Order: sequence, then structure tokens, then C-alpha cells
Amino acid sequence: MSTAATESDYIGRLATKFRTCPATGLKVDLAAERLIKANAVAAVVFLMIGGTFGLLVALTRWPAVHLLSSDMFYLVLTAHGLDVLLLWIIFFEMAILYFASAVILSSRIAAPRWGWVGFALMVVGGLMTNVAVLQGDSSVMFTSYVPLKAQPHFYLGLILFAVGALIGCFIFLGTLVIAKEEKTYEGSIPLVTFGALTACIIAVFTIASGAIILIPTFLWSVGYIANIDTLTYKLVWWAMGHSSQQINVSAHVAIWYLIAAVTVGAKPLSEKVSRTAFLLYIFFLQLASAHHLLVEPGLSSEWKIVNTSYMMYLAVLGSMIHGMTVPGSIEAAQRKSGYTRGVFEWLRKAPWGNPAFAGMFLSLVMFGFLGGISGVILGTEQLNIMMHNTLYVPGHFHATVVTGTTLAFMAATYLIVPLIFQRQIIWPKLARLQPYLFGLGAAGISVFMMGAGTLGVARRHWDITFPASDVILPYGYPPIASLMMGLNGLSAILAAIGGALYIAITVGSILFGKKVDATNAVASLGPMPKKIVHEAVTKYGDAGTWHLPGTYVLVGLFFTTFILYYFVNWKYLSELWPMQ
Amino acid sequence: MAIFPPQTRIWWNEPVAKAELVWISVAFLWGLIMFFMMIYWHIYGQQNLSTQVGRIDPAVFEQRTNEFAEKFKVRDEGDTGVPVVRPPPGGDAYMLARTFDWWPVLELEKGKPYKLHISSVDLQHGFSLLPINMNIQVHPGLEHIITITPTEAGTYGVVCNEYCGLGHHQMTGRIYVVEPGQGG
Ligand code: HEM
Ligand SMILES: [Cu+2]
Ligand SMILES: [Cu+2]
Repeated sequence: MSTAATESDYIGRLATKFRTCPATGLKVDLAAERLIKANAVAAVVFLMIGGTFGLLVALTRWPAVHLLSSDMFYLVLTAHGLDVLLLWIIFFEMAILYFASAVILSSRIAAPRWGWVGFALMVVGGLMTNVAVLQGDSSVMFTSYVPLKAQPHFYLGLILFAVGALIGCFIFLGTLVIAKEEKTYEGSIPLVTFGALTACIIAVFTIASGAIILIPTFLWSVGYIANIDTLTYKLVWWAMGHSSQQINVSAHVAIWYLIAAVTVGAKPLSEKVSRTAFLLYIFFLQLASAHHLLVEPGLSSEWKIVNTSYMMYLAVLGSMIHGMTVPGSIEAAQRKSGYTRGVFEWLRKAPWGNPAFAGMFLSLVMFGFLGGISGVILGTEQLNIMMHNTLYVPGHFHATVVTGTTLAFMAATYLIVPLIFQRQIIWPKLARLQPYLFGLGAAGISVFMMGAGTLGVARRHWDITFPASDVILPYGYPPIASLMMGLNGLSAILAAIGGALYIAITVGSILFGKKVDATNAVASLGPMPKKIVHEAVTKYGDAGTWHLPGTYVLVGLFFTTFILYYFVNWKYLSELWPMQ
Repeated sequence: MAIFPPQTRIWWNEPVAKAELVWISVAFLWGLIMFFMMIYWHIYGQQNLSTQVGRIDPAVFEQRTNEFAEKFKVRDEGDTGVPVVRPPPGGDAYMLARTFDWWPVLELEKGKPYKLHISSVDLQHGFSLLPINMNIQVHPGLEHIITITPTEAGTYGVVCNEYCGLGHHQMTGRIYVVEPGQGG
């Protein structure tokens, strides 16, 4: 290492100010803490904006309400996708990356100044794209399929945002290097950090794909490039768009492990298995964009099958493994704490009144049952014919990205506020309800949109009643479709209430929550079956014997549902018109 | 705990519990089954998208569709001015997508195969045949040729389900399926 580098290293180390977390004993770099706060706050702000848009969209798609005009509907839908899927999720992921590196490893963060540069780029980019959409000339949906054309600053904003996120990824990696060199931990990095590392590696790949497609599209929008091939655009765009969902999965699985560790003291059953499952995400990401191209002309079936199945479902295997090891580790920890009666005492006596735990467990269950199964069905080459671009698709991904990722991130917030913002959660009674309200609403929008999708109701569609004044060849969906859309609207209201509550509680706690100090630190993390956080720092529990009947039952139930639903769909497919 | 380094330094040598191994094997096998199911359906199933696709100049496609409509037109669809076109069974049928309609209306015979040519002259569109819920992506410049065999008589709607601009929800079309020898 050169002298200059050594010197700046030295200065970096001197300049770093730490505090010690009273709940966990971890050393917290104050520079990292500030970055985590900024990114988390930005995330919540965009969730508020984007969530409101989501409600407006759902109310418009409810035929009896039909709130917005068509132009506004497409505008608001574009903004909804961008603000929640990109801005809310990725800002929050930046906070997770900084937390999982600097805080969990008790390390100083690498290049915090660059962290602020990245943050500023993300904020400016996010605002720029929002402005483009709200100006009204860029209602192209967040996918912006060419040759639909948005204003140049729509694409430019996305590019700036991505560059900012890329900087965050490198800071994460740099912090891992620093922690290793300065020996802030012993042995291998913790599982949560490993999961975050998985997310980070996939993010780098994702952002590279994004650059490859968005930069030419930007140049095309200002007139430097004459033509962009529609199929190539989709292929590369989804290499970003779908892979980034794998970032979300890695991040929220890491959060599951984190919350299970903090709230019930769960310890991975097998480090080897859990880590291998994360690695499967990286190795078999494949051309995940294939999912989105199953009914496209111009691609071979062989290509579709290999890529859509992530090379024989090996990435799905990763999720199925986590789906067992996360509840398994919770069951093992609970049994160790003495909840050994029957098959499910461990689950009944779990801290359901702790919003972090409740949100995490709901996220786990709904991600698996609603999001995971429907995702595999959608991603099956021929079955996709029955669902492509119907509401089944948003139904599926609200189950993954809302009941899965968003709910997990909300749950994590109930730990981040006391641990990082050092404030207690205000309104603990309402906070206790929040994950259930939001979870139920989000499950509702997922299920009812999927239901409408099986009836063929189109996604991104302003008026499914096709009034004669509007169309010359009207079509009538079966009446039950309107019922589905009504139930979707009601669920949306429920989800919006849960979301608003989350925002009020988070913002309220940050501003007005009681200060957290050594006397109340552990209590601030919410009710727990046993106060284990403090002991766990000095002494690790043993996962104990491998007798986890409750988990076997849950996994068996999941697997049975999966198989039945899978073959039912093949049955439906066989009833379609023969085609080849 | 997952927030601390693994307890045993050499964690990768720890044995994996039997229950975990069982689940991993089952899940892995299930993945294989699902993988081969898609291949199986290509061989034995009736519903597979064709890979018969060609690049085509949108103007050429439009011209072919016009010629097709002129040749096989049987009537107008009410007073809409849209022709209803009845291709010979076993023959080629064309449907063109453009902002914001599917053109022309087709009349097909039940139980007869048709080579359906679909393409777009402007943006991407989504061919959604209802209520049977069969959905195909349509690109400008790519001609998708699918052999379909209607199985039941009736009136079918075609709805665009790929967002294609502010009039996207106005983009509909229609296909009639009649008993052989009837209609016209
Ligand atoms: C109050 C909560 C929410 C409600 C009521 C809601 C509702 C909806 C509805 C009704 C649609 C329109 C489906 C269509 O017409 O095609 C939609 C689209 C979408 N939502 Fe949400 N949503 C919510 C939260 C979220 C969150 C938290 C995320 C992401 C993390 C999300 C991601 C998306 C995306 C990516 C789309 C697709 C936009 C497009 O098709 O371009 N939503 N949402
Ligand atoms: Cu269209
Ligand atoms: Cu359309």
C-alpha cells in the first residue's frame, strides 16, 4: 500500500467518531449513522408519495368509483411504479447496505463523503424523473418500452439515480474491506452482512444493465440515435428490472434473518446452507429478463425455458431453502427458550405484539405462499400465455414486493428507529396493529388483482367497462371482474391506512419519540419472548437439536399448495384453443 | 445469531442436518420436474407459442393485411366501417395492431386451424383474446405466425393489454367463431 493511502487511512481512522449501541454493544460510526438516517428518511418520503399514487390508481380501477381521468390515470400509474419500486425500495436498501456493513461489523464506513454524493445524485435523479412524469409528457410507465418516448429528463433522472446507487454499492464493498483490514470482527462476516453482500453484487450487475439500456434510450430521446430495437430494449431493460427484484429478495431475506435474530434470538440452523442459498441467487440469476419475454415473438423456446427457470429453478431453490431455514431458526430459538409444547407453541408464543416480528413473519409467509408460487407459475413458459400482461402480473408482484419486501422493510424500521435514530416508537399500540393492517390490505390487492387477471382483465388499463362512447368494438368482462376490482379497491384503502400509519409512526417517532439510552435500549425494541439481545453479544446460543415439527408442517403445507396450484394451471392451459 | 460472525470459524465443514438435506433434495427435484414439464408440454401439449417469426417492414405488413381484408371481406361490422373478414379454413388470417385498434374483425370456423399473423405498425401492443385469456405480445417489425384452432363458437373480444399511449383502453378488436358452414 502506498504511503499516501496509508496516510489517508490513518486520517480516516482518527476522524471517525463512534458511539456504542446500548442495546447490542455494537460500535456505531456516526458518519454511517447519518447516511443511514438520510437514506431511510428519503425512502419513507417516497413511499408516502408513491403509496398515495397507488391508492389513486386502485380507486380508478374500481369501476364504481373510477376516480381519475384517463390521462391522469396513466400519469399517476407511471409515478406510482417509479416512486415505490425504485425510490422507496432502493433508498431503503442503501440504508440497509450501510447498516449491514458499518454497523453490524462495528466498522468505520468507507468514504462517507462519497456516500453523500451518491445520496445527492439519487435525490436529484429521483426528483427529476418525478418532475418529468408530473409534467405530463412522460406517461410511459416505469418500463418505458420503446418506441414510447418520454422527455429526456425522465431517462436522465433514472441514470443519475442509478449512478448514485452504484456509489452506495461501492461504499458498502469498501467498508467490508476496511472492516476486514482493521479486524473489527473475527472469522467470516455475519449472515446478514452476507445477504447484503449478495444484494450488492446483484445490484452492480443490475445497474450495469441499466446503464447499457438507459443511456442509449436517453440519447434516442434527444435525437442522437435514430432507432432502438424493441426486443433488445426489453431484453436488456429487464436484465435490470428483474435482477433488481433479486436484490430485493436478498435484502429482505437478510432482514428476515436480522429481525429473527434480534427479536427471538434466532441463530441460523446451518451457516453453510443459508449462505449457499444466497449464492444460488448470484450464480443462477441467468437472464432473468426471460420472465418478461415468454410470449414475445423472435426468441427460441429453448432460450426461454433455460432462462426463465433460472437454469432449472436453482434460484427458486435458494428461496425455498430460506423458506425453511428462517422459520426453522425461529422455532429452534423458541424451543430453546422453553416453548416446547406441541407442534406450534413456539409460534403461538412468538412475540406477535412486536411489530418487527409480526411484520417479518407475515412477510415471510405471504412472500412464499402468494408471491413465490404465483411467480413460478407466471414464469412457466406456456402458462404465461394465460397471464401475460393481465392483472395477474401486478397481483403477483404486489405479493413479492409489497407483502414481501415492503412489509419486511417496515418491520425493520421498528428496529432501526430505536437502534439508529435512538428514539422510541410512539404509539406502541397502533404500531402493533400496523403490520397486520398493511399486510392484510397488501395481501388483498395481490389476491384480487390475481383473481381479476385469471379472468383476463388487462393491467395498466383505465376502463375495463368499454363504454360505447369510447370504443367501437366493446367487450364485456364477466361481472365478477368488477367485483374483484371493487375488492381490490377496498383492500387498497386498507393498505393505504396501514401505510399511512407506518409513515405517521416513523416520522412521529423520529421527531417526538422518547430518547433511547442505556436504561431503556432493549425495551425500545418492542416486546420479546425473553430479553436475549444483550446476552447474545457475549454468548451465542446453540440452535439445539434438529427437532422442528412446526416448521416441517409449514413447509409441507407450502409444498402441497405449490404442487396443486401448479398442476391446476396446466389443466386450465389445456382448455385453451390449441395453438402452435 | 445472524448478526454476528458464525460461531464456528470453519462453518463450511459443519454437517448439514438430515431434515434440511431432505427438504433441499425435494425442492431440487421439484425444480427438475417443473423444468421438464415445459419441455414435455412442447412435445405432448397443444398450447405452445410458435417460434415462427419473421422480421417484416410494418408497411409491408399493413399492405398484406389490407389485401387480405379486401379479398376475404364478407360484410361490415355494423356501422363501424370495420370489415369482417372470413379467411378460408386452414388458410392465413391477418390481424394488425395500431394505436388504437385491432384490424380487421375476423370470422373463423370452429375446429379449423388458421395461421394467424399478428404484428404492429407502430408501438408494442398486447393481443389479449377474451374470455379465453390468451395473451401474446406484439412488436412492430416482427411478424408472429401462430396456428390456432378455435374450439367453441361465439363472439370473442380482443383487448390491448400492453400500454400503448393515452388511448390504450380504447384499443379493442373482435373475432367471431362460427359453426362450419354458417355465418358469412
Ligand atoms: C397502498 C399501497 C398500494 C396500492 C393500493 C397499490 C395498488 C396498485 C395498483 C392498483 C396498481 C395498478 C395495476 C394496473 O393497473 O396495472 C399498481 C401498480 C404497481 N404497483 Fe402498487 N400499490 C401499492 C403499493 C405498492 C408498493 C409498496 C410497490 C413497490 C414496492 C408497488 C409497486 C407497483 C408497481 C411496480 C406497479 C406497476 C406499475 C406499472 O404497471 O407500470 N405498489 N399498484
Ligand atoms: Cu395497444
Ligand atoms: Cu395498448
